[in-house]
Amino acid sequence: MRVRAQIGKVLNLDKCIGCHTCSVTCKNVWTSRDGVEYAWFNNVETKPGTGYPTDWENQKRWNGGWARSASGKLHPKQGSKWRILANIFANPAMPEIDDYYEPFDFDYDHLKSAPDMNAFPTARPRSRISGERMEKIEKGPNWEEILGGEFSKRSQDYNFENVQKEIYGEYENTFMMYLPRLCEHCLNPTCTASCPSGAIYKREEDGIVLIDQEKCRGWRMCISGCPYKKVYYNWETGKSEKCTFCYPRIESGQPTVCSETCVGRIRYLGVILYDADKIEAAASAERETDLYGAQLDVFLDPNDPEVIAAARRDGVPEDWIEAAKVSPVWKMAMDWKVAFPLHPEYRTLPMVWYIPPLSPIQNAAQAGQIAMSDQMPDVRSLRIPVKYLANMLTAGDEDPIVHALERMSAMRLYMRALSVDGVRDEAIAARVGMSGRVIEDMYKIMAIADYEDRFAIPTAHREQNEQGADIRGGCGFTDGNGCSTGETGKTTLFGGRKKTFVLPQETF
Amino acid sequence: MFGDFDFNFVIFGVMPYVALTIFLVGSVVRYERDPFTWKSSSSQLLRRKQLVWGSILFHVGILTVFFGHLVGLFTPVWVLDALGVPYALKQWMAVLIGGPAGIAALIGSTMLLHRRLVDPRIRVTSTFADILIMALIWLQLAIGLLTITQTLQHMDGSEMVRFMTWSQSVVSWNVNAWITVVDVHWLYKLHIFLGLIITALFPFTRLVHIWSGFAAPFRYLLMRPGYQIVRSRRPRPLEERRRAFDKLQAGRGPSGTTPAE
Repeated sequence: MRVRAQIGKVLNLDKCIGCHTCSVTCKNVWTSRDGVEYAWFNNVETKPGTGYPTDWENQKRWNGGWARSASGKLHPKQGSKWRILANIFANPAMPEIDDYYEPFDFDYDHLKSAPDMNAFPTARPRSRISGERMEKIEKGPNWEEILGGEFSKRSQDYNFENVQKEIYGEYENTFMMYLPRLCEHCLNPTCTASCPSGAIYKREEDGIVLIDQEKCRGWRMCISGCPYKKVYYNWETGKSEKCTFCYPRIESGQPTVCSETCVGRIRYLGVILYDADKIEAAASAERETDLYGAQLDVFLDPNDPEVIAAARRDGVPEDWIEAAKVSPVWKMAMDWKVAFPLHPEYRTLPMVWYIPPLSPIQNAAQAGQIAMSDQMPDVRSLRIPVKYLANMLTAGDEDPIVHALERMSAMRLYMRALSVDGVRDEAIAARVGMSGRVIEDMYKIMAIADYEDRFAIPTAHREQNEQGADIRGGCGFTDGNGCSTGETGKTTLFGGRKKTFVLPQETF
Repeated sequence: MFGDFDFNFVIFGVMPYVALTIFLVGSVVRYERDPFTWKSSSSQLLRRKQLVWGSILFHVGILTVFFGHLVGLFTPVWVLDALGVPYALKQWMAVLIGGPAGIAALIGSTMLLHRRLVDPRIRVTSTFADILIMALIWLQLAIGLLTITQTLQHMDGSEMVRFMTWSQSVVSWNVNAWITVVDVHWLYKLHIFLGLIITALFPFTRLVHIWSGFAAPFRYLLMRPGYQIVRSRRPRPLEERRRAFDKLQAGRGPSGTTPAE
């Protein structure tokens, strides 16, 4: 057993209202710069839809994630090391910027600088890359907002696999949900594996996956390697960039910007202890439907004395172990089994999990008479097909999704009985294998979602691994290279003196 | 005092040292002082068209040509003699391998240069250095291919041996090396001159990615046993910490805690 800790994340899709506050605050903090206008470290997609970049979930097209060979070994789907190196001159699986969208701005200045004209001046769109006028905007970061566009296009959605999708194109049967997406900070990241320079790494102490901007050479293999298409190429600096999990905030015990500003309070952050020795076997599980379960097995119970002892031995700080015990992520993923990894079939063991949304009953005619099974609303008659959610969250295995949806609807029934009738109906809880006390805890965390319940983030222990004297007079946190501006185009050979501190690196 | 001054001395006697010094010192300084600017500057994201074929043709061609020059010029003449390789055979190999590779590289670089100059997205995101180095390499490839017309007139390899002698004399600090190439055809001279210019410009352009390109297979295949990289902030390796922890625990009993790392 090799115990490591990661700050995991859960998004409760049941409560996402699609307001995009997460995307906008993230953009303002991290990607409001040249070269990454098109990049959204956090974006919100309307489902069903093909998403951003278009059709990202279709790995037959983009070759992201891992492939399992007949011998049971994993290699990146885009090719093993030799194949990746052979594609270094031109990456065949890399999206073009038009697969995201051509970034644009509007010519606002024309509104006030236009000369006297017969027609009212307008602010036309202009490309943020070439500055040329764009006659028609073909795509945006959220092009299918609230089911925008024809169903025939949106229904290319990969999650419709094995779903008789035609009927969902009809007005009466249509359904919709939001899917906020960010870097998954995987346990087995393909971006890291694909980088020939070794610039991408996972941090041992908190699991955050980062790109070393000084080591990145712009070989672009991470972009095609990541199945979630959450590594972006900055065309201005020539380096790849990705969600940093707001590590400066996390290190000081604050939630990420997207989580902090989430209006619907759907985002949860908490410590998950995991066994690093089990990662490879879990990611190599033979059947895709076993991957969700295999990942659960990688996680370690923070209340188990053996785990605690091993965690201490491996240097997990005491307050991190304590935080793991109260982690909302642990509760939702492990105790209640209501949260699931996004597309476990990519074999990356993602660490940003999702609670599937409940939805209204399938069609209006049945609205008055809810389909019941065992005195519970039958979640299979909900508007969003269970198969669709299962394709998204459990590689197509419907049982765990049904189980979670039943628990969530039981929570509603139980709390309704409690708040309307004043009755603690243990029978409802028992039907989904829970107790009233657990359901009330679940209600407090998932429905009320107080700030303190959503975020249990221990601070980083800088004092134990950094020598203050070494970084005295350093240049602090910059986009560029320490004290140098790192501006491109102007080749600065003689940047300022760089303060470095050596970090041990581990490969496996 | 400058009566018998020969400009050949400056270009073939002095300039190689100047260019190589700028190349080496410049590369080290840039890598050390501003690694953030060290990159391939790929524009594939902005326009895939013309890049895939252009880049592959160019890179495969120019790498073949590069290694051809490296091996061809720096293999000592006595090694050829010892192996019994006739100079004419080596000359033929140079033409037959280098020729097609050079043509592939020229076609590729023409596509890339055209794309860089004509495509609006690529044009506005190019720096002056990007366009300059691309144009110089295109010119160098064209001149290099043109020298074949001269080479075909003396396939016994005599000219080739002169260039071998010159290059090997330069790297073995022979100050009189320049004399060997004084009376070769001007196309060869232009090719060498432009080569030295490109060498000197190397650290100031995106060409620095060549270093990383050569390093990548070693880093990726040899220095990284698996796929994943985990960086730790531990002041000492995990095994060492575990041993120290176990020792401490033995003295203090199982309930004791130690500070985390």
